[in-house]
Amino acid sequence: MDIKLQDVEYRYAAGTPFERPAIADVSFHIPSGQYVAIIGHTGSGKSTVLQHLNVLLKPLKGEIEIGSRTIAAGRKEKNLKEIRRRVGIVFQFPEHQLFEETVEKDICFGPMNFGVTENDAKKRALEAVRLVGLPEDILKKSPFDLSGGQMRRVAIAGVLAMKPDVLVLDEPTAGLDPRGRQDIMNMFTGLQKTNGLTCVLVTHSMEDAARYADKIVIMHKGRVHRTGTPRDIFRDADSLTSVGLDIPETVRFQQLFEKRLGRPLEKVCLTPEELAAEIGKLRGEIS
Amino acid sequence: MMEKIIFGRYLPSDSVVHQMDPRAKLLFIFIFVGIVFLANNVVTYALLGAFTFLIVFLSKVKLRFLIGGLKPVLLLVLFTFFLHVFFTKEGDVLTQFGFLTIYKGGVIKGIFISLRFLLLIFVTSLLTLTTPPISVTDGIESLFGPLKKIKVPVHELALMMSISLRFIPTLLDETDKIMKAQMARGADFSSGSISDRVKAIIPLLIPLFVSAFKRAEELAVAMEARGYKGGEGRTKYRILRWSMRDTMAMLFLVVLSAALFILRS
Repeated sequence: MDIKLQDVEYRYAAGTPFERPAIADVSFHIPSGQYVAIIGHTGSGKSTVLQHLNVLLKPLKGEIEIGSRTIAAGRKEKNLKEIRRRVGIVFQFPEHQLFEETVEKDICFGPMNFGVTENDAKKRALEAVRLVGLPEDILKKSPFDLSGGQMRRVAIAGVLAMKPDVLVLDEPTAGLDPRGRQDIMNMFTGLQKTNGLTCVLVTHSMEDAARYADKIVIMHKGRVHRTGTPRDIFRDADSLTSVGLDIPETVRFQQLFEKRLGRPLEKVCLTPEELAAEIGKLRGEIS
Repeated sequence: MMEKIIFGRYLPSDSVVHQMDPRAKLLFIFIFVGIVFLANNVVTYALLGAFTFLIVFLSKVKLRFLIGGLKPVLLLVLFTFFLHVFFTKEGDVLTQFGFLTIYKGGVIKGIFISLRFLLLIFVTSLLTLTTPPISVTDGIESLFGPLKKIKVPVHELALMMSISLRFIPTLLDETDKIMKAQMARGADFSSGSISDRVKAIIPLLIPLFVSAFKRAEELAVAMEARGYKGGEGRTKYRILRWSMRDTMAMLFLVVLSAALFILRS
């Protein structure tokens, strides 16, 4: 399912003395089946953009195309349920949204709100729990007895069980240990590759953006600073540092390496593995 | 949706009302709440109304904003209004439908009581809009200071109050966040029957309680870690100063009370 934003503008507390601008003139395209990363500094408007993707916020100007629906400014929108089912959002620290007595009930909450029968929801809960790498017996436990990392996975399972077409992730790995971080990120890519899920990742981590994304959107002060493929974006380090962002470690290493070498490598490498392979090709030359 | 609630928010500015001593403002409101009940005819209500608008004007808070903030309590005001309209049996009969008889006295009383309500809400919202929460509690602590002699834990009570005031916006933000998270999971807070809506609140309340308790514990630990041990021997960073302006406000209030006494019927 495609999502297109066209000149979207939003202000918080519009019409009160507390009004403050959040985003303006935001236009970009999330093509179906792609992995899009939205990066930017704290307060750059990433989270505001994200809440527009399933119409938790309605634009004050501009419009958003979500699949076949168009949400335009100034119109009353009804029947948003279908959009909410198809665009699942995993918010930052999603473990804060757990509330049921058992993990199973909590995971079933989403699907059952969208009209899935209890039996089917339970099946989905089991599937989702396996997907996020938790043991099955956790289903009968209280979510409040779990560790932080497990709670996070349960909350993510709760969104996956809705079987969305687009999965929006707001810093899904913040506060997890490196191992859990990698597991979860790999699980999302797996879903994107095998099930054709569209992924939108909001992140601070340039490494994650470089490794996983097909397309990167850089937000700065509520506006889109740049969009492009990771290779395009990270080739131009100055443009990134001008908005207070870093380049991934790998790219930084490559730049230093190229300086020593005296010439650029064939391509911008996004992961350590890629860079190692690229440097490996030079083995004959520098000995 | 939480953005509309103005009670407990502070709106920074440099107006005369903002610069008043919080003790003066508290006393002022305490007395004002009392004298609002003196009004019982058109003249006295007009006087109170004019007075309230004068304060609003002096505080530089936009009237439109104050009125917008009334929305959450409007239902309560309407409820009291209709309660009086339907159940007060005074004066001439205006109309009659079925078993309901509406008397002129009832309508008048309904209007007066609603007005009284609105004036009280205006003035009390102005207190929090023009005074930082921390000053409010400083003021309370200082006003009730004498009670320490009879072993009332004034400092602790003031601290409790400032902590709760401090966390109102935090809780509202959190409510908004959890609400959105549950809406993203298909929860519907704004339609369906009353029992549906009550049930819909559970996924919101439980996470809120969990995090509130967690936060309380963290706050207690953080305070202890920084050596907090109650009000004993604690000095003040912000010192309250009673100025001419505050005395003037009090005098003004005395004049108003006198006028109300004379003009009431």
